[in-house]
Amino acid sequence: MSEFLQIIQDNRVQIFSILGSVGLFLFIVHLIQRRKLKEEHSILWLTVFAFFIIISVFRPLLDVLAKLAGIYYAPAALLLFLILGILIILIHYSIIISKLSEQNKNLIQEVALLKEKIQPGKNEDK
Amino acid sequence: MQRLCVIVPAYNEEANIEGVITSLKQVNPAWKVVVVNDGSSDKTAEVAATTGHAVVLSLPCNLGIGGGVQTGFKYANRNDFDIAIQFDGDGQHIASEIPKLIAPILEGTADVVIGSRFLSKSKEGFQSSLARRFGIHLLGAISHCLVHQRITDSTSGFRAYNRRAIALLSQIYPVDYPEPEAIILLGKNGFRMVEIPVVMQERQGGHSSISGFKSCHYMIKVIVAMFIGSLRPPLPPKAF
Repeated sequence: MSEFLQIIQDNRVQIFSILGSVGLFLFIVHLIQRRKLKEEHSILWLTVFAFFIIISVFRPLLDVLAKLAGIYYAPAALLLFLILGILIILIHYSIIISKLSEQNKNLIQEVALLKEKIQPGKNEDK
Repeated sequence: MQRLCVIVPAYNEEANIEGVITSLKQVNPAWKVVVVNDGSSDKTAEVAATTGHAVVLSLPCNLGIGGGVQTGFKYANRNDFDIAIQFDGDGQHIASEIPKLIAPILEGTADVVIGSRFLSKSKEGFQSSLARRFGIHLLGAISHCLVHQRITDSTSGFRAYNRRAIALLSQIYPVDYPEPEAIILLGKNGFRMVEIPVVMQERQGGHSSISGFKSCHYMIKVIVAMFIGSLRPPLPPKAF
């Protein structure tokens, strides 16, 4: 029993990171299930959290990736991947906002044109 | 007989809008005056409607000058107008200059005509402040580099467009401060632009949309938008 506790003690970081990333992954799935989040907008979140689940389960993978990127301190690589993931998600949202504002503009214009159409000649010289 | 509509974007212009509509109708009663009320909080729409001489398109929210003017282009496009005039609702443009403005379109020598304050030698009328003139000349130089058409008054909102230009701009038009960007869009798509000297008046009432810190932000935004706009490939010809 004390041996088991010792294993937990030694691998606290890994346990926390697995719990954290699995928890966040399930939270996103839960939001999609309850239709609070559209599937198309959640793929990136799921991808980012899946990536973090993978590197927290296979800890040496982080060292390999850090070495590949020429980063000596592996936790710095972790932060880099996290920031990259967030940046990509932010850009994705900027694109969505631009698209929404274009659609919103078209709708506002359409409302104005249709309002004039259903009251034909009301404001016009006859 | 060419059908002409005058698009008058107006945001909180209750003090000026009636005078603008009357002056347009005095020059030619056959012109259709389309006032685009850009979500004004004052009585712009009511004042324009009670003149009985204008179609009033009231936007439910404020879109900014570009979104407003584009509503006018959509109206002109759907109702088959041959020529659309963009004419400010603040009284700085002079209605009797419109026949001069549309002449190149009627002759078929231009698709877009821009009224310029800086072309006439005599420099009469409102010439704007020194800082603004510098900004306008800078934008003119940039658009000359990017689309090889010399435009002296790139921020002028006194313009005439033919059918093809109306069709294009009713689909694509910059939203915030659209005039210099529109020059790039039109130039890139092979539209012939011509400038005509016009006289402008200082606005009669209300407030200008650009001043102070905003003008710096405006210049940066417009210059970036012009450069990126010039990177866009021309649209396929069937688009307009």
